[in-house]
Amino acid sequence: MTSFSPGFRGRPHSLAQRLPPGQYPTESFPVLSAGPTPRVPAEAWSFTVTTERGETRSWTWEQMMALPQQDTVTDIHCVTRWSKFDTRWRGVSLDVFFDGLETTAGYVVADSYGGYTTSLPLADLLGGRAWIAHTYDGYALSPEHGGPARLLVPHLYFWKSAKWVRGLRLTPEDDPGFWESAGYHPYGDPWREQRHRGD
Amino acid sequence: MGDPGAFLDGNALAGPLSEILSVEPTTAWWRCPHCKRAGSLAQLHLYGPEPGITARCPGCAYVALRLVREEDHIWLTLGSESGAFRFRTA
Amino acid sequence: MALAWLPARLVGRRAQTATARSLVFTVPGWPGHLPGQHVDVRLTADDGYQAVRSYSLAAPADDDRLELGVQAVSGGEVSPYLADQLPPGERVEMRGPLGNWFVWRPEQTEPVLSVAGGSGVVPLMAMIRAHRSAGSRSLFQLVYSVRGPEDVWYREELEDGGPFLDVRFLHTRRSPHGAARASGRITAADLREPTARLDPVSPVYVCGSTGFVETVGDLLVELFAGRGKEPATIRTEHFG
Repeated sequence: MTSFSPGFRGRPHSLAQRLPPGQYPTESFPVLSAGPTPRVPAEAWSFTVTTERGETRSWTWEQMMALPQQDTVTDIHCVTRWSKFDTRWRGVSLDVFFDGLETTAGYVVADSYGGYTTSLPLADLLGGRAWIAHTYDGYALSPEHGGPARLLVPHLYFWKSAKWVRGLRLTPEDDPGFWESAGYHPYGDPWREQRHRGD
Repeated sequence: MGDPGAFLDGNALAGPLSEILSVEPTTAWWRCPHCKRAGSLAQLHLYGPEPGITARCPGCAYVALRLVREEDHIWLTLGSESGAFRFRTA
Repeated sequence: MALAWLPARLVGRRAQTATARSLVFTVPGWPGHLPGQHVDVRLTADDGYQAVRSYSLAAPADDDRLELGVQAVSGGEVSPYLADQLPPGERVEMRGPLGNWFVWRPEQTEPVLSVAGGSGVVPLMAMIRAHRSAGSRSLFQLVYSVRGPEDVWYREELEDGGPFLDVRFLHTRRSPHGAARASGRITAADLREPTARLDPVSPVYVCGSTGFVETVGDLLVELFAGRGKEPATIRTEHFG
């Protein structure tokens, strides 16, 4: 779980190899919004995992910050075709929140402050591939980018990395979220260009 | 229009909706099922247009409609709980 | 019926302020429009990427010539390109006319109040020009909020608008020398006299930034409350 030499990639890869099909690289960090930006003070923030049987585990901000922290350097890919290389995050691996949790559910709905939701397979949140991120590029995550904390699932299109995350609900079936139910792909793999439902 | 976090209003839905509706939509009357506020489609608050347009009640931010476009289709979702209609546009 | 995207050729560009431009396009096949309506403008990059934005028409239809008002927003994807980079003689695509809600029709005879914040004056200018060219003898009022005197669009036309156009400038940051009103944001006092001249059914048009439109809307609703005038006569249009 400990991350050594973050950002090391072995031999240099050309940037083109790191760009999924149909994407272009950007230096900026565009803000896309589907509603008013929630302003959630860290002391009012909490994060709850709810199993398919209705059992819950919750963490306050203080408790979350006391969990093992991880630094991650990763590329992110937005379905609106921008990709951003080597973004630096700090947060807690989802493996930590799910440690020892009994579940047979295959899917998760992420719930956010402000009402946003997104859905994805539970397996995509485990195995060191997803985080609750609270720090971006060395600074506390701003509300525009999902602060105080957002989901970070960089191997899927970035709408899956729900801003202002407040909880995860385990579900036996895929229960499409805000964009998944409005035309976007249920899974959203940038390398297979799964943008819209049917892609 | 340059501030991506800011919203426009329902007047800007006239163009996108003209691709699937035959009647000019901005004068359409609508009542929010959540806060009961009534008004015209032009008064809705708009977010987007990427990755999709989200139109919300100006009073309580209830989601009135979502519109997602891909190359040959427009997806229209009315309200918060209904499924998306996929319209072929080309 | 889907509106067609029509080729639109840039034939004129004029600075209104340091960052605002009037752009004139010719659009063969343009069906005409009502004052207050807008168009969608579509730009296409070499790689096929497209961006669509809405812009207000600044003047009544003049055959196939359209005038738009564009405020360049720094960091914006479309507005700086239209304002300063699109070469004269080159084309973009447009569809329209769009929107029947935020319009003034020349057959309307009630006194009008329009309230503009910054570039929100553009669709109101289309109404003012239509009002003038229709020879309307009803009163058309414009309360126009700008940061300073150098931010006024269409100054000559607005200052010399004839007896049926009443324009009040409000300066939020810098007032001209000798101005009676101290600079500052719009208040109920700025709207009391203009609203007193309205009929119960007079339309009120408000256009500007989101914050401006919400502020003015609240002030108007308060002013109307004591007077039996319905808030439903207020029509708004706002942008980022």
